[in-house]
Amino acid sequence: MTEPLVRVSSVVKDFAIRERGRKRTVRAVDDVSLDIRRGETLALVGESGSGKSTLGRLILQLESPTSGSIRFDGQELVGAGRAARRAAQRSMQVIFQDPYSSLNPVRSALLQVAEPVSVLSPEKDAHAIATAALAQVGITGDAVHRLPRSFSGGQRQRIAIARAIAVAPALIVADEPVSALDVQVQAQVTALLRDLQRELGLTYLFISHDLAVVREIATRVAVMYRGQVVEEGPTAEIFDHPQHPYTRKLLDAVLVADPAIARARLRQISDAATGT
Amino acid sequence: MTTVRSTDATVWRRFLQRRGSVAALIILLVIAVVCVVSPLFGLDGTTSDMSDRWAAPSPAHLLGTDNLGRDYFARVLSGGGISLFVGFSSALAATLIGMIAGLTAGYFGGIVDDLLMRLVDLLSAIPWMLLVIVASVFFRPGLWTMVLIIGTLSWMTTARLVRAETLSVRERTFVGYAAFIGVRSPRVILRHVLPAVVPTIIVAATATISGAILTESALSFLGLGIQAPLASWGSLLTTAQGSLQKAPLLAVVPGLLIATTVFCVNVVGNGIRAAVTREDER
Amino acid sequence: MTDPILQIRGLNVDIVPPRADRIPILHDVDLTIERGTVMGVVGESGSGKTMLLRALMSILPQRAERRWDTCLVDGVDLTAPKPARPAMAMVFQDPLTSFNPLRRIGGHLREVVRRFTALRGAEAEQACIAALTDVGIPDPARVMRSYPHELSGGMRQRAMIAMALLAEPELLVADEPTTALDATVQAQILALINRLQAQRNLSVLIVTHDLGVVAALCDQVTVMKDGAVVETGAVDEVFSAPKHPYTRSLLAASPGAATREAAS
Repeated sequence: MTEPLVRVSSVVKDFAIRERGRKRTVRAVDDVSLDIRRGETLALVGESGSGKSTLGRLILQLESPTSGSIRFDGQELVGAGRAARRAAQRSMQVIFQDPYSSLNPVRSALLQVAEPVSVLSPEKDAHAIATAALAQVGITGDAVHRLPRSFSGGQRQRIAIARAIAVAPALIVADEPVSALDVQVQAQVTALLRDLQRELGLTYLFISHDLAVVREIATRVAVMYRGQVVEEGPTAEIFDHPQHPYTRKLLDAVLVADPAIARARLRQISDAATGT
Repeated sequence: MTTVRSTDATVWRRFLQRRGSVAALIILLVIAVVCVVSPLFGLDGTTSDMSDRWAAPSPAHLLGTDNLGRDYFARVLSGGGISLFVGFSSALAATLIGMIAGLTAGYFGGIVDDLLMRLVDLLSAIPWMLLVIVASVFFRPGLWTMVLIIGTLSWMTTARLVRAETLSVRERTFVGYAAFIGVRSPRVILRHVLPAVVPTIIVAATATISGAILTESALSFLGLGIQAPLASWGSLLTTAQGSLQKAPLLAVVPGLLIATTVFCVNVVGNGIRAAVTREDER
Repeated sequence: MTDPILQIRGLNVDIVPPRADRIPILHDVDLTIERGTVMGVVGESGSGKTMLLRALMSILPQRAERRWDTCLVDGVDLTAPKPARPAMAMVFQDPLTSFNPLRRIGGHLREVVRRFTALRGAEAEQACIAALTDVGIPDPARVMRSYPHELSGGMRQRAMIAMALLAEPELLVADEPTTALDATVQAQILALINRLQAQRNLSVLIVTHDLGVVAALCDQVTVMKDGAVVETGAVDEVFSAPKHPYTRSLLAASPGAATREAAS
């Protein structure tokens, strides 16, 4: 049996914070274990404070876990030397939520997409690879030399996606990649991510609070609440037969653009609140 | 409706829309150019004519003569050249030092930040008079000593401003991304942090220039700065002191020029800041 | 017989930059809200929906110019030079920046009571506690003593709604009141607004980009694009048979549209 691309085992992450002058420990990730299999899109779903973003940062090696193990491509990352962790990071890329702060305002789209290529694979023709990546996300011709400000939010996210795929990473961590976009643009960018995965055989860790978007793109879903994974399974299973009460609560809170269904849901929640 | 974000071209255009700032810039340029090219016109401010002291303005001597019969117009212009040179070059040095210190402290944080900021605090706490007097013991007073001293006195404010801006820029996602993919720190600072900090640096620089001109004038007035045979507006004021009754023009002109230059530098700096932050459009 | 609580006709707003051409923000906007109903104004960013609210509440930015033919709120003519204060209250998007971080919640509530009602002292205090209870806050006394940052996002939004209610409005105006909140909390807040609306026969104007919110809460919907109204009508009709192509594309783009298409 081939090992999954990422194997998280019993990971705990504590943060020390100071509250009212006293030191306190906040447990952002509480004994989480999960796998990310090659070629799949695992959605990490949860609300604020669930720990999903922290878990993403732990996998990216931007933070170190307090305890537990994270194996990437067969290599143990926790406790490994800087060299080993840097080597793992070379095969990972990240797409952020905010299209306005994730790109440098004074560098052209082409230069920014080329940057990871020239840093991670200096022997390759960064410009050519970057041009090809931008073409794949629909930005061609002279447009590649323009600065971020001449692009819309959706286009900037495409540039960020091009930047992520240019180095052909094994894993892409997408942290709320469409949450800051208009609804119509969300649909386009989600479709682009799906197509690219098929074409390039990418693996995604898709972090989101938006269940409706997750349903369009995820193969498996892991639901997080207060630092723990409360439920995990194939997308259809989670949406059609949720087991955990929190998962059900999350699904009930989704308001779809269908008045009959949405009103019924609201009544349900209203009755639950007043205890009838 | 797309949002319009500022480019260098539009910053310049917005600046040009502020009539006050443009006027101030023109005045500055006129003063600077006149002072700098004056030697080419053969104006002589060093020849002393003891028979024609404190003369009133005339076609031969546009601003009259001083207490040693020297052509005052020539002296004011060459003094202007010195004042502006000291002011701008010490400000340039201070801005460069402050920029490097601020960027380093802000980006790396930790002990580097602590050490640099304690150095800033230390130097800010020393009364500048003391520093100048001590320096004048070790260095011959003169042009380059002035630049050195004023530069040393002026970099701290810039460092603090740049550090504050760096702390904020450092948190931007694209900076974190560059570090994540393995770009080396100096390159991250140069390529990603510095461009975002430049507006702050420019504004800090104009404040430094006006401060430097004033400091040089004060020091030269007290005799601790520019020494004869060179003159600056400040040192001209010293000699003009004794002649206030006989030829008030000797004091008024350099004083007016110092005030005008400093004022115009401040207005231009304000204009740059407003153009960059798009203040007029709020 | 119609009894509109709000009637706006011919609203135009331009931004007038100091030395440049004026930028039209809102163009010939009409809006009518029947008493006791919930109107949703929906559009993407840049559609002008937030500017519409600001024009109504007279909190437009400095360089904005507003022209309207009619604006009647609960019988008060707002186009008059010195209009009376209409019975309107507003709830904002981000409860964290809408409260003064240095004042306790109690201070905020008491100020509203002092300004908009004749109640003082113990009676004012009672009214505040009652308002907090009405919005579903379990320990009102503790919340009165708390600072805004000590409460969760949902609690803050409830407190803001309580503040709005203390002004005894006939029309509650809400600007994306749940956008900054988690999905589960959003649902609770919307359910709260629903309940209050029914209890007090409140009229509600809610601005949002989320069609799901409109579907769940609103009776009427107005769709805006690029500063103009493209479609308006009953939610049931507009959602099942949208007339304008933009409305259709909005509905088609909302997540889950494909599954709804298949089901219908």
